[in-house]
Parts: sequence; structure tokens; C-alpha cells
Amino acid sequence: MAIVSYWQALITGVLSGTLIRYFMLRRDYRQYPSYPHGVVTHLSLGFIAAFIGAIAIPALAEREFTAVTFLALAATQFREVRDMERMMLQKLDQTWLVPRGPDFIEGMARVFEARNYLVMLTSLLVGGAVFWGNVFLGVAAALILLLAIRKLMSGKIVAQIAHVREGEVRFEGANLYVENIHFMNLGTEYVKDVYRQKGLGVIIEPFNDDERATLSNNGQRMAIAHNAAALLGIYKDVDTAEFTPILRRDLETGRVGLVIIPIEKDLYYLLEAVKKTPVLESALSTPLKTSVGRKASD
Amino acid sequence: MELNKFILAIITVEPAKVSGCGAPVFFADSREEQDRIALYLARITEGVIHDLENGVYILVKH
Repeated sequence: MAIVSYWQALITGVLSGTLIRYFMLRRDYRQYPSYPHGVVTHLSLGFIAAFIGAIAIPALAEREFTAVTFLALAATQFREVRDMERMMLQKLDQTWLVPRGPDFIEGMARVFEARNYLVMLTSLLVGGAVFWGNVFLGVAAALILLLAIRKLMSGKIVAQIAHVREGEVRFEGANLYVENIHFMNLGTEYVKDVYRQKGLGVIIEPFNDDERATLSNNGQRMAIAHNAAALLGIYKDVDTAEFTPILRRDLETGRVGLVIIPIEKDLYYLLEAVKKTPVLESALSTPLKTSVGRKASD
Repeated sequence: MELNKFILAIITVEPAKVSGCGAPVFFADSREEQDRIALYLARITEGVIHDLENGVYILVKH
């Protein structure tokens, strides 16, 4: 009897864990994880994580408490996954025309690590529900966990922290501005004409002081530029560094401006691309949660 | 702190306004020639042309 329920717990745990890992794998314009081999790698790691999580239930039931320490071993392994992902993404970042930036990469690497822990937790809980309850309880637990993970692990996007609108691109002499935000000094009429004809400007106005601090982070700004360039295409090659999209800050108000020359000159979708950029975990700042920050803000 | 911006070249129509030997100086006879040389050099060196608005362009590697 005990052996049968061990198997039940193990199989349901591993299955639900691996499935959840599959649902958490996002294959989209971010081109990562790459298909098919990147996906296989992460599904396999998810399977291993699920197995480790699920095997803990029989171990607990047999009162083999020392066996549970291998969970710690697994944690070390998955930390290495994070290092591996970070190193690889950093290397690959050099080949992008508009790089993601270190903060975006750190966020991605962290997500890869964290998702394996979530898989371990899922298979542990589902396995436990099957072992001490029944299969239906296990399925219910898996569904609840899936929904909870979806809800809790989805981060904010730029649209939730700032108002995003169009800004007028203009030159004052050789200096490029979007509204009153100075971007850079550019020489030659040719380069200026390209900006005048094809350039688009965006103004990102943070709602409050927390968000102002978040948007001031350079990594966050690089992520916005990367997202916009990845979605709309970028009018740039390795030898035309002057067309690199950049974001600059209005020192007075903390507003951030973006100037970009997209291949698709479509303002509406540029604004959408900026709005849908994830707010990076490492850029998130909350000075308003401290009394000093609150008092200083008024 | 690492120095990662360099002036690669100076392109000028005002020879009197530049001197020194930090970067090669290219003299141009007209604005058109200056623009052309600057663009060629920018493509070759992957630098960005900046205009000091006094007849002097500098080419900077960012």
C-alpha cells in the first residue's frame, strides 16, 4: 500500500512540476529561451527540480529526515543555473544592436533560478496532497499553485508606474532634444535630417517619487530602449552609433525621454512597446516607504 | 573609474581653433567637405560625430 502511494505521489508531483515549468517557459519576441534546445534544457532542469521536490514526500514518510537535506544540494545547483544564464546572456548581449543591459539580464537569470524553486515547491505540495489526501486533492493543489504563481510572479510593467506619451523631437543647433530634455550633440546635416524625418520621441512621466527613482535607474532605461528596438526594429548598424536609441532624464522633474529611430515609424505601437516593458526587480526603488523619503517628497 | 570615451579625430574648417596632438586633425575647405569627411570617418571608426558649433567637429568613440 505504502509503495503504491509513494509512486502516486512521486508521479503526480513530477508531472505537475514539469508541466508548471512548461507553462512558465515563455517563448516570445525576447528570443529566450531559444527554441528548441534552450527549451529542452529548461524543461529537463524543471523535471529534475520536480523530481527532487516529489521525492521528498516518500523520504519524509519514511522518516528519513536527513534525506531532505538534498533539497539544499538542489538549491546550490539551481544557483549555478542563474550564474550560467547570466554569463551566457551577458556574452550574447554584446551582439545586440541595442543591448538589454545588465539589470535586465540579472532579472532574467533570477527568474530562471526562481522558477526551478517554484517547480520544487509545486511538486512537493502536489506530491504531499496526493500522498496524504488523494489524487483529486493533488490536481486541485496543482491548479491553485499554477494560478497563484501566475498571479504572484508577474511583475509590473512601465504603464503601471508612469504615463507614457509622445514627445516632439527637435534640434537646437547641434543639440537633439525631446521637448525640454537634452539628449546629445550631433554633427552633420545628414544625421540631423534622419532624426528629423524618421525619429520618434517618447516622454515617460513617473506617477510618484518611488517610480521616479525606478526610472532613474540606467538598467531600467536600457531595458526600455531594448524593448522598443526589439519590437519596432531599429534604424542602425554597428557603424552608425549615432542612431542608438537613448533615454535621458529631465533633471528638474525626473521625467525620462526616449529618442529612437524605428524601422516601423508607428507611434502608437512604440508607445505600447515602452508601456509593456517590464519594471526590473533590481531597478525597483521605494524611497516613499521610508519616513525620510516621504517627508522629503513634499 | 574607467575612461571609455575617446576623441578619435577632429574635423575642422577653422584651422585656428584647434591644436594639440591628442587626436588627428583633418582640415576641410568647406562645410560640405567637412560633413563628408566626418561621415566617412564615423563609418570607418564606428564613432559618433559631435558638432562644437564653431566649425569644429569631433569624432567620439562611446
